[in-house]
Amino acid sequence: MADVLKQVPVREQDPEVRAKNFEEVCLGYNQEEAMDEATRCLECKNAKCIAGCPVAINIPDFIREVKKGNIEEAYKVISRSSALPSVCGRVCPQESQCEERCIRGIKGEPVSIGKLERFVGDYALEHDIKPEGAKEKKNHKVAVIGSGPAGITCAGDLAKMGYDVTVFEALHELGGVLVYGIPEFRLPKHKVVAKEIGKVKELGVKFETNVVIGKSVTIDQLIEEEGFEAIFIGSGAGLPMFMGIPGENANGVFSANEYLTRSNLMKAFDSSYDTPLAAGKKVAVVGGGNVAMDAARTALRLGAEVHIVYRRSEEELPARVEEVHHAKEEGIIFNLLTNPKEILVDENGSVKGMRVVKMELGEPDASGRRRPIEIPDSEYEIEVDTVIMSLGTSPNPLIASTTKGLDINRRKCIIAEEENGQTSKAAVFAGGDAVTGAATVILAMGAGKAGAKGIDEYLSNK
Amino acid sequence: MYKIVKAEKLADIIYLMDVHAPRVASHCEPGQFVIVKMDDKGERVPLTICDYDREAGTITIVFQAMGASTTRMAELKEGDSFRDFVGPLGCPSEFVHEDIEELKKKKMLFVAGGVGAAPVYPQVKWLHEHGIEADVIVGSKTKDLLILEKELESVSGNLYITTDDGSYGRSGMVTTVIEDLVKNEGKHYDVCVAIGPMIMMKFVCLLTKKLELPTIVSMNPIMVDGTGMCGACRLQVGDEVKFACVDGPEFDGHLVDFDQAMTRSRMYKTEEGRKALKLQEGDTHHGGCGVCGGDN
Ligand SMILES: Cc1cc2nc3c(=O)[nH]c(=O)nc-3n(C[C@H](O)[C@H](O)[C@H](O)COP(=O)(O)OP(=O)(O)OC[C@H]3O[C@@H](n4cnc5c(N)ncnc54)[C@H](O)[C@@H]3O)c2cc1C
Ligand SMILES: Cc1cc2nc3c(=O)[nH]c(=O)nc-3n(C[C@H](O)[C@H](O)[C@H](O)COP(=O)(O)OP(=O)(O)OC[C@H]3O[C@@H](n4cnc5c(N)ncnc54)[C@H](O)[C@@H]3O)c2cc1C
Ligand code: SF4
Ligand code: FES
Repeated sequence: MADVLKQVPVREQDPEVRAKNFEEVCLGYNQEEAMDEATRCLECKNAKCIAGCPVAINIPDFIREVKKGNIEEAYKVISRSSALPSVCGRVCPQESQCEERCIRGIKGEPVSIGKLERFVGDYALEHDIKPEGAKEKKNHKVAVIGSGPAGITCAGDLAKMGYDVTVFEALHELGGVLVYGIPEFRLPKHKVVAKEIGKVKELGVKFETNVVIGKSVTIDQLIEEEGFEAIFIGSGAGLPMFMGIPGENANGVFSANEYLTRSNLMKAFDSSYDTPLAAGKKVAVVGGGNVAMDAARTALRLGAEVHIVYRRSEEELPARVEEVHHAKEEGIIFNLLTNPKEILVDENGSVKGMRVVKMELGEPDASGRRRPIEIPDSEYEIEVDTVIMSLGTSPNPLIASTTKGLDINRRKCIIAEEENGQTSKAAVFAGGDAVTGAATVILAMGAGKAGAKGIDEYLSNK
Repeated sequence: MYKIVKAEKLADIIYLMDVHAPRVASHCEPGQFVIVKMDDKGERVPLTICDYDREAGTITIVFQAMGASTTRMAELKEGDSFRDFVGPLGCPSEFVHEDIEELKKKKMLFVAGGVGAAPVYPQVKWLHEHGIEADVIVGSKTKDLLILEKELESVSGNLYITTDDGSYGRSGMVTTVIEDLVKNEGKHYDVCVAIGPMIMMKFVCLLTKKLELPTIVSMNPIMVDGTGMCGACRLQVGDEVKFACVDGPEFDGHLVDFDQAMTRSRMYKTEEGRKALKLQEGDTHHGGCGVCGGDN
């Protein structure tokens, strides 16, 4: 038996090899490794990890089943709380959720809950283990807008309760950020995302792609003309922000959304697809979140030298620790405490560099993080041919502006109750990034569950 | 899948198709566009809605085979299908929401260049159906490339056709015709709507600014999603940055920075050109020459 204070190491692709391919970085546990790691769990009575999980998966329960080798049982425990274990096991920030609270973490490394969840989820996908469908049908039509984690979860839960559910998606593929944002090397699209969604299809949920709610049809029309009795809005927060500095419209400046969409959704990295991507040779990614790491690591795989330009220090990087670690291993260069002032443009209108200024950290601001301030006379130029802006996103106003009586707040987020997703408009519920602003997969999933519960209560009392 | 119920070649490399897309047909209005994707590997190609039949649930598109995707699209036949067809996207033309009586007092001039005749047609048709006759100028390189002449004739007030080489109608650019009409033929217009290649719209706007004729243009930048998600379509309009797919595609032409827009639309020229060339030459083109471009 290995050191109980340490996690069973997970196999990963070698950094030098993976920096040149789009295959998944982390290879995950096999059954033997998973069962080994599971034995590290103390099965605490008052399990702190559960409180750290936004959807309160009964973690010691599922790990106990893994220990015994009853993976199918383990899957059933997880699926009572989570619809997308293979996804969450890969992309959840476990280090600041369940694993942060794990008792094992006090003296040594916490139990690798995320990797165990991923193993269980993948086992269920490989062995085609299905969630239980509805016992009886309910004669109510519900529309779900958006096929990201919030929408998919809400649709799945409602279908399990017997509702007649249709999901409307604006893009030509299902999955939201899971297909257009998060890259293949972190979250395989065919092997994982499509299969998880396939399970929701098998529950009887109908999907209509290429429908932009607010343009192709409005929410009011869905209710009045198409007979939907309740609506769940899970339309995400997809609107990219730019800095508003000179040169930002030059050729070679992208939003992270455009860069990632071209690569992930349109598969520009594969030359057999028509969509092009001017990937760049020397790329600056502005920002420090998960999205910035994904854009940087995508550019690296497309052959570029990549710099992350972030105005605070390493400690404040909002990205997951694992992503920063992977990015460094792969050779991404971090220019911290640095902020762009201007994008320099050549005579053809293309990016030739960026003028940046050095920053230092001052007093904490409203967010509690120390505010970055410019160091006078510290401007200098860096030579790049591509700049990717990854400054965050906000909800698209399209739905709110075309729906009567749907209230939004200052940040353009739809206002909805946390426990049931109820909005200011009767029969309309919402959750996920559309309500919270850009957040996480698991929070969106939790909101989808709450919305399903809210809709069930609403329709049961109707 | 979205079935093609009619496919027709209008002129050299210009194609018309009627596509069954009932959701789009039931809600679209003049000025809006769709995005089509022919198959798994195709690009998302934005195309203006050229006509619609709400009852039959069909949308008419007209496109020029320019690059990799549109050249492959040109091979589709009646009975084939598009994998994806999404819309209506963008905002309808402003006049759709104006008071009809007010609108009737205005004299409108439409200026179409090349395939621009396609997006101009539904607007003029809408006005005609609402009892308003607008004048239309259509410019084409040469007679053989002229499209939708008959259709436009049946809905326009005066229709002026001009060809660059003088092979049909008047001779010269559309700007010459505008100048002739306003300066020499005593016409007065309150609004001009210009749709065509960016370079044409730029020169029309330079002229109409001098003539103090308010001008609306329909911008066709490179797009990806068409729903406001990527910013690929951003334009400088006055002192604001606008996303053409959600804020447009129509803008006040006197405020648009055309030079920047044209530079931006050349973004993929070389790369796409190479792809187009690969498509034409198959395996005989090994790339690497770096200068062939191939996108005439
Ligand atoms: C690059 C990137 C990396 C990320 N990495 C992580 C990570 O590692 N871990 C993590 O937990 N979170 C991560 N996130 C955040 C996470 O992906 C989101 O918080 C989550 O996907 C939100 O889910 P959602 O269902 O609310 O919205 P989305 O996933 O955004 O889905 C919304 C869907 O609605 C559709 N839609 C929008 N408007 C309309 C309309 N009008 N009509 C029809 N359909 C519409 C959209 O096309 C989209 O498919 C990342 C995000 C990005 C962009
Ligand atoms: C709102 C909107 C409406 C449009 N309506 C029509 C229409 O009704 N009929 C029509 O024929 N075309 C229309 N276009 C233009 C059309 O979308 C492009 O011609 C098409 O995307 C080119 O695709 P491709 O893959 O065949 O060419 P690509 O291989 O992508 O490009 C071929 C060449 O065209 C250039 N190019 C690429 N995209 C554009 C663009 N959007 N505008 C100008 N040049 C471009 C490239 O730089 C390249 O040189 C519209 C564009 C927009 C944004
Ligand atoms: S806190 Fe850690 S040790 Fe305790 S039950 Fe949860 S995973 Fe197991
Ligand atoms: S095309 Fe992506 S934002 Fe307009």
